[in-house]
Amino acid sequence: MSTLLIIAILLLGFIVVFQIAKASEYVSVLKGEKKTFEQNNRINGFLLLAFLILGLIGVYWCNEMFKGKILGEAASDHGEKIDNMLYITIAITGIVFIITQILLFWFSFKYQYNEKRKAFYYPHNNKLEALWTAVPAIALTVLVGFGLYYWFKITGDAPKEANVIEITGKQFGWIYRYPGKDKVFGKKYYKNIDEGNLNQLGLLWDDKAAQDDIVTNEAMYMVVGKPVKLVINSRDVVHDVGLVHFRMKMDAVPGTPTTMWFTPKYTTAQMKEKTGNPDFEYEISCDQMCGKGHYSMKGIVKVVEPAEYLLWLAKQKPNYVMSNPEPAVAPAVPAADSTATAAVEATKSLSN
Amino acid sequence: MSHEVNMHGQSEVITTHEVHHDEHHGHHHKETFITKYIFSQDHKMIAKQFLVTGIIWAIIGGLFSVLFRLQLGFPNETFPFLETILGKWAEGGKLNPEFYYALTTMHGTVLVFFVLTAGLSGTFSNFLIPLQVGARDMASPFMNMLSFWFFFAASIIMIASLFVQTGPASGGWTSYPPLSALGDASEGSKIGMDLWLIAMALFVVNSLLGSLNYISTILNMRTKGMSMTRVPLTIWALLFTAVLGVLSFPVLLSGFILLLFDRHAGTSFYLSDIFLASTQKALPNEGGSAILYQHLFWFLGHPEVYIIILPTMGLVSDVMSANARKPIFGYMAMVGSMFAIAVLAFLVWAHHMFVTGLNPFLGAFFVLLTLLIAVPSAIKVFNWLTTLWKGNLRFTPGMLFSIGFVSLFISGGLTGIFLGNSTLDIHLHDTYFVIAHFHIVMGVSAFFGMFAGLYHWFPKMFGRFMNNTLAYIHFWITLVGAYLIFWPMHYQGLAGVPRRYLDFSGWASFNQFDGLNRFISIVTIIVFAVQLLFVFNFFYSMFKGRRVRTQNPWGATSLEWTTPINPGHGNWEGEIPEVHRWAYDYGKDGREFIPQTEPVGANETPEGKH
Repeated sequence: MSTLLIIAILLLGFIVVFQIAKASEYVSVLKGEKKTFEQNNRINGFLLLAFLILGLIGVYWCNEMFKGKILGEAASDHGEKIDNMLYITIAITGIVFIITQILLFWFSFKYQYNEKRKAFYYPHNNKLEALWTAVPAIALTVLVGFGLYYWFKITGDAPKEANVIEITGKQFGWIYRYPGKDKVFGKKYYKNIDEGNLNQLGLLWDDKAAQDDIVTNEAMYMVVGKPVKLVINSRDVVHDVGLVHFRMKMDAVPGTPTTMWFTPKYTTAQMKEKTGNPDFEYEISCDQMCGKGHYSMKGIVKVVEPAEYLLWLAKQKPNYVMSNPEPAVAPAVPAADSTATAAVEATKSLSN
Repeated sequence: MSHEVNMHGQSEVITTHEVHHDEHHGHHHKETFITKYIFSQDHKMIAKQFLVTGIIWAIIGGLFSVLFRLQLGFPNETFPFLETILGKWAEGGKLNPEFYYALTTMHGTVLVFFVLTAGLSGTFSNFLIPLQVGARDMASPFMNMLSFWFFFAASIIMIASLFVQTGPASGGWTSYPPLSALGDASEGSKIGMDLWLIAMALFVVNSLLGSLNYISTILNMRTKGMSMTRVPLTIWALLFTAVLGVLSFPVLLSGFILLLFDRHAGTSFYLSDIFLASTQKALPNEGGSAILYQHLFWFLGHPEVYIIILPTMGLVSDVMSANARKPIFGYMAMVGSMFAIAVLAFLVWAHHMFVTGLNPFLGAFFVLLTLLIAVPSAIKVFNWLTTLWKGNLRFTPGMLFSIGFVSLFISGGLTGIFLGNSTLDIHLHDTYFVIAHFHIVMGVSAFFGMFAGLYHWFPKMFGRFMNNTLAYIHFWITLVGAYLIFWPMHYQGLAGVPRRYLDFSGWASFNQFDGLNRFISIVTIIVFAVQLLFVFNFFYSMFKGRRVRTQNPWGATSLEWTTPINPGHGNWEGEIPEVHRWAYDYGKDGREFIPQTEPVGANETPEGKH
């Protein structure tokens, strides 16, 4: 019923507007075309000026309203660089925006039709054109310079002491892997993935390095103040690791691992205080369309003190132990078998 | 409709550029309804066919955005009427996530390709090129007709994909594999995706047939005296657009064909190391690269945005100059900057891929080349501003939309400087900032340019005027609405809110904008309703609008206004006029305007001097 009412009101509105528009056409015929034109021109000229003024006020008001809602301080060193770049860009483009919009609407208002004025025949001026080729070029050189300086800092190699964590996207969640005591990630092969058997990454158990790898879906733990390098994988479609508080982002591409690194500046606990939100968590958002659950593909990053990190790490069981619950000596044979077949398959498909 | 008597027969038109004399213009060639309105080879009728199809698509695409804005603005409410219309896609009055993504995907595909490429270029290239260069029709009227019918076939298949059981394509308008390659990864990647790919392939054919025609017509069929430095900027813009299309659309097609192979022929161009949770099976494909598709896609995808915006730059330049009663400032600089944009368009595609794991060193070149585009864009903006300066401006609806175009182009262009800078793109990539940027700079701007063109050339198309009052209402609500919708999205983007999320309630980082989302949705509905008002005005005025009584109602210089009020097939009765000057002699030597056909007088200030 209410839908019908809304449609009826809309239709009525249309008819009213249309009738007014129609009537105004007759009025203009009565009044004379010239007079109507001049009147319309004045009204629109005035509206253009009003739009400029109200628009600029609106922009200011919008800034005030959203200042507190867009992210606070960046929580990583790279994030700070990105924020610096952002401020430089906002400053330069902001000035250009205000000047050009004012000129556009002011000229429109000032030079609106006037019976007495003759338009100025002014086809070109090389000096002026050279000026507004050179000035934007210089401004952009500055922006490119800063941009690339920061870009190479951010995308450069991670420091040697960085903690390496592997993060793998799947429809619709995240899997985190830690290399374990040996600090080396074991080999894995996607055809070996067996979720029923808790091997969600397809680790190859005959690789010694894989046996102490820790795999978890709970959260990604990292140490505050220590560089962390993420090796990013996907198990199915393209995902993207979005770390909004750290201002970092990198695609997860099946078959092609990618990396990014940064240094978290504040622990989750510190952020809770800083933001005044006792439930604060660093969230990982998927930023590349990955299917119907895309909007809910969330992960959590826990940034903790070194001691807490060690404590957490000590509590984690290697994936090998969870996936092979028998006593440690016995499973070597079946495990070796399954990997052997996988390896054979792997060589087969490679040779294909 | 007395002009019909003077209409050319079809067979005559094939030999167009030969001189026609008045006595040829009898009514011995009868046109049937079918040859005149359906399988027409008259460029003007084909233009109108593109236009009307484009308008229908625009309504559908716009309606999709209204539907998904309902979800975004009111995520906790149910709309029972949605279930009435959409059935299982909106059970209980709430959009099913899969269908939400189908809506956004189709909204993007429809508006980018079917409206702003075919609807825009198809309309204005077909309509204006022969009229403004002084030709009786296109180089190949038959190919031109085929171009429309390929577009029509593409439209039918795309529409059909909306009605298949598993739904239309839902992987985003970019359709990145593996998501788009695997039916088990998403419902929309089943038959809907095949239909999408076939429709797009036909669309590419339409674009190629059209573009080749536009290029050959502009290069070969200009009338006597119409040198390339005398054609209106619209013609230059349409020429560059066509060249971009010819060079980039085939690459897209190749990308699509490889995708079809991956889907059905067991190849691994884009697929590698995939284990699907829905089937708990590992796929056999190894060694493919999902990123390869993105390169192929964006090699078209980036030029595509210039394919959309360049024609409107041309239209706006001409409409603005005619209504400022003043020549366009810096004609050669305008042509040069369009040329620069067209060249750079091919060298910047990877700026869509800064966070795909692209080599950072390579990324640096794309940053440089991308930001370089700001220079020709800035030249254009300043030239438009100078065109307004000391003019004598008539605020016709076309002129208002031109001014609105420049305002939006500035706003959207400046945010491009953020996104083209890889450092900032790390944070802003795939957020609402991107949505705001491209909707303003190529979505709404291009629409403004198109509206400017439609209001300006409507009298030429239909021999009638559109209603001014409705046009002013349309302009003001659309301009204010466009800013109200997209300006706040920049803030959401700075906060990192990801695009393609239909519900933020599960996110502590992104749920602070509920009120704003509701506001944007309400404005969207209002703006959409006003577009319907435009559509009404368009069709009503076509039949009942005020008649055009003079040949040149805007007092414009270019050739199309030397044709009869309702030109027949062949455009000019008698000989095609000869051209003696450029198209921008407004306000010269104290005269209001001097048509291109008028010989240069003995005492006249020489060309280019002032």
